[in-house]
This record gives sequence, C-alpha cells and structure tokens, in this order.
Amino acid sequence: MRILLDKFSKSFGATKVIEDMDLNVGSGEMLALLGPSGCGKSTTLFAICGIHRPTSGRILFGNRDVTSLSSQERNVGVVFQSYALYPHMTVAENIGFPLTVRRMTAAEINKRVAEIAALVHIDNLLDRKPSQLSGGQQQRVALARALIRRPDVLLLDEPLANLDAKLRLEMRSEIRRLQKETGITAILVTHDQVEAMSMCDRIAIMKAGEIVQIATPSEMYNDPRTAFVAGFLGNPPISFLTGRAKQGAFALDDGGLKLPLAALSGIPDGTALTLGIRPEHFGIGGDVPVEGKVTFAETQGRENLYDVVLPDGSALRSIQPARSDVKPGDSVRWSLDSKAALVFGEDGRRL
Amino acid sequence: MSEQSKVSANFSSLPVILLLGLVSLPLVLMYAYLLLDTVSNSEAGSLIPSEFTLEHWSFLWQMKPGKPNIWLVTLNTFIFASCITAVILIVSSMAGYVLSRLNLPARGFFLAGVMVLHAFPSVTLIIAIFIVLQYIGLYNSLVGVILVKSAIDLPLGIWLMKGFYDTVPWEIEMAGIVDGASRFAVWRRLVLPQIKPAIMALGLFSFLTGWSEFILPQVLAPGAHVQVLSVYLASLIADDNNFDFATFKAVGVFYVIPVLILYVFFQKHLMNIYGGGTKG
Repeated sequence: MRILLDKFSKSFGATKVIEDMDLNVGSGEMLALLGPSGCGKSTTLFAICGIHRPTSGRILFGNRDVTSLSSQERNVGVVFQSYALYPHMTVAENIGFPLTVRRMTAAEINKRVAEIAALVHIDNLLDRKPSQLSGGQQQRVALARALIRRPDVLLLDEPLANLDAKLRLEMRSEIRRLQKETGITAILVTHDQVEAMSMCDRIAIMKAGEIVQIATPSEMYNDPRTAFVAGFLGNPPISFLTGRAKQGAFALDDGGLKLPLAALSGIPDGTALTLGIRPEHFGIGGDVPVEGKVTFAETQGRENLYDVVLPDGSALRSIQPARSDVKPGDSVRWSLDSKAALVFGEDGRRL
Repeated sequence: MSEQSKVSANFSSLPVILLLGLVSLPLVLMYAYLLLDTVSNSEAGSLIPSEFTLEHWSFLWQMKPGKPNIWLVTLNTFIFASCITAVILIVSSMAGYVLSRLNLPARGFFLAGVMVLHAFPSVTLIIAIFIVLQYIGLYNSLVGVILVKSAIDLPLGIWLMKGFYDTVPWEIEMAGIVDGASRFAVWRRLVLPQIKPAIMALGLFSFLTGWSEFILPQVLAPGAHVQVLSVYLASLIADDNNFDFATFKAVGVFYVIPVLILYVFFQKHLMNIYGGGTKG
C-alpha cells in the first residue's frame, strides 16, 4: 500500500522537529529514512504508526486519510529497536497478541501463528519466553508479531542496532526477504548507511527535520545533491578538500593542486569550494597527480586503506587492492580521478 | 544466594556468631517465655514452670465474660485486613499508572499531594474522622474503618506503584497500542504483569499493616461485634477486674501466628518493595 506524507509537520512544545515534509513511499517498496540521531527520523516513524499526532499536514495510507486515526485503527506493524516483546508471554502468545486483542478464535490464531512462525523460521521456539531467546531470535519474534495481521505498512526502527555484526548481516537479508515475500510496504529507520543501502529500494536522507535527498542507493552514492549526503554515504567515508575556483578549475589555497572540472565553468574566480573525493577515486589509475605523505595505513585483507596528507595539511583517503610497498611516513605520488570528483559550493550544494 | 551463604575464608565467623548470640539472647529469652508461659503455670517468683496447662488458651473455646467471641474477632480482623489490601491494590495500581504514564492535567500537583499526604501524621485527623464517620453513619462499622485505614495507607501504595510503573519500558506500551490493544487492555494485559512482584509485595505489606492496626479500630470501631484482634488484646489488659497475664500472652501469640506464617512464606516478595521491577 502506498504511504504518503503531505506537508507533515511535528513540533513538541516550541521545538519544531519536522516542518512541511513530503514523502511518498510506493506500494511494496522498502524505503530507508537515513540520518544522524536527532534528525527527526524516529519522530516521522512514530507519526506514521500513530503514536505521535502530527502538528499539521496529512498522512495517507493508499487513499485513506489516517491523520486523525489512533494507532489501534491504523493497520501498521512496528519492530522496535528494543523489540519490545512482552516478557510475561510465550513466543506464541507474543506473536498472537495482535489477533487476541481482535478477539479472533483460538484455533484461527494458532493457525496464523504457526504460519508466520514458519515464515520467519522460529516454529521450534513457540513455547519459550522472550528471555530464553537470543537477540536474533527475539528480532524474528518481533518481526512475526508485526507481520501477523498483514499490516498496510511495516515500520522498522533501527531493527539491527542491538545485534552483533554477523547476525546483523544475516538479519539484513532476512528482513529484506520477508519484505519481498510478503510484498508489504516497509519503512526502515536507521543511522547506518550500509543497512540503508543494502536493504532498501530507495533512501531518504534526513538532516535537521528535512529530507535532503531521496533516491535509489546507487544514484545517491554517485550523484549526491549536497556535501552532507556525500559524507553520509560510503564506507570508508569520502574525504573533503577546501579550496577556491580558479579559471574553471578547483585549486587548493596554497596552489598545490589544480583540478580542471567541467562543473566549474562560469563560476567566478575566488568562490569558496569543497571538493569531495571518494577513497576509490584516489590512488592508481586517475588522471591528476597529487603528492602527499602517507600518515596511516590499515590492512583490510583484500584492500588497504591509506590516509594521505597533502602539503597544505588537508587529507585524502585512498582504498587500493592490497599492497605491501607503502608504509606510513612514505611520500607518494598518486592520482585523482577528476571525472569522479564531486564539487560543492559554500552552502554545501553540489555544483 | 548460595555463594553469599558460604563461609568466608578470610576471617573466622565464630566470634561474630558469639557476639550476635550474646546480644540477641534477651530477645530470644523473651520470646521463649512468651511461648512457655502460655502453656504452663509457675510458682510466684520462680522462672521454672511447674505444670503444663492449656487453661490460658481456653479463650479459644470459651467466651470470656464481657468479651466477644474470639473467632468473630479473628474473622473481623481478617475481613478488615483483606478489604484494606483489596482497596489499596486496586486503587494504587490504577492511580500509580495514571501518575506514571498518562498526561493528565495537574500531574505535578497530584504527585506532590501524594507525597505530602504520605508524610502527614494521620493520627492528628482522628477526631475529625470520628465526627465525619459519626455523621454519615459509618461509626462503629467495619466499612468505615476500612475506608479510613485504606485512605491513610493509599499515598504510600500509589507512590510505590508509580515507582514500579516507571521502570516498565515505554516500548512495551507502544507495541501494545500499535498491535491494536486499547489503553486499558495495554495496562491490564501488558503492563500490570510486568509489576506483579510489586503487587505481591504491596498486597502483603497492606495485609500486615491492616492486621496490626490498632489505633483506628480502637477509636472508630470499638463495638463488640466489629472488634478486631488488636482491640480485643488491648481490652484484656485494660480490664482491671479480670486481670490475666497468661491469657493476654496467649492471645498475643494467637494474634502473631498469621503474621509469622505470612513472613515465612512470602518474605522474598516483601523484599521486592525495596528492589526494582522486572527486566524487560
């Protein structure tokens, strides 16, 4: 089911958290709300599930306006960061609770619980209490509870934050599989760009209560609208150089680097600029040579990560296939791929 | 627990036990003689009992002159304590939730009010309460004294319950609401079970204070048909004509037995009043 936020605003007392936000989530789509903590992504999520009432604006599920409906009247499934399982109930009772409060017959509940438990692979745990489950199993129970009454929308609030690294990887694909199999529209709230990029069809990146950009993961990675978006996506993160425009080229303030860029034609000389270089675009195989000193090297097995400090003190990151000839302290002359460089104006907008 | 009760290796426990034994000896002796005196007679001035007798316990099957039947009194005490427990549990489990979770107007005022009432020495109100009860016709009735005693104990109960509700994670309630349960169902089926230990503890606590309450029943319900054990006990010692020390002791033992039984079985739950809620 399509979810639409129309000029949605939310303030707590005098604090405005979100102002005039528009968001359209297509039917069956999985969308990530990505942003640093305190940017209003959880507030948005709670407004969609009806725990917070919007200050103004509308929320639509399909064509139904649910803005003034209570949580109970909306049909949403939520997986909380802490899972919020009911500790005094068994797994089966937990999963069946949404049906129990709807006064379904016990036989029907048992049937549906068995079905959904099989779907999330916890059918052997139904008699346990939540405290007897591992983190990943609790996560599956929470998912099953959210899915059992076939919600219009599935909301996931940092669902992987409490899992260890290996389990996180597993649950990432598991949640995606369930979402695809059930065809439910889903919204994932996360501050982890890897989660957002790997699980979702589209990403809405938020900053201070506003959606900065909304795009597919690869579009957003290759074509970020602002420096904030570029800095948020990518691991290891992008590195930024500050400089000025000089005859259609980006130049460091000490003149040590000059990078002709098509995007800079027509920009007056002396305009302050920020240049973003992703680590994979600095190293071997670029077209503009840069000299610097390696200050840090990290072996990641298949690849090596280097920090290179330029003569003016700014730093570039480089990721390269594993090699053993470069050590911290070495002077290197590597090259930048000028076609892949991203240049931003003083206000952070991409040029 | 088992680890704590193991003898610690780095100091000898013997001197400690000896010292504690010595200090508590007077108390142990008092309890021993309390029990001993109820089933024996001794010569005047002697500490050694001279004969075994059950005559001091005869109040159980004989009516003392001018005194109500002991079983009626026990029943009254039981009704009194149970009703207080029920009222306190029902009201404070709901009021505590409201103060802890709901966004009601003047919440701060109510919280402060509960605190002040808890600290207020209620005995100072007893004359006023007496007049009120007299006026509305509840003087000398169990209902009246039950209402008064519960009202006086409620602030503590509400405050305790509020504290326990505060420890229940919000997410459980949010999950319940999103799952389609009404606010009342969330409270009744999701939140209340989380604070079961607190309910248990507060219930026991209320029952015990109800069982041992003396001043309120003495002033507000002294009549023979509504007498409770504490009042009965006091009337024994106040009665100058039939002064009987041993019977007084026997009634005292009879009075304290239910309390001891409750302590033996439920002391773990009582400790909960000082602990936190459950882990989520």
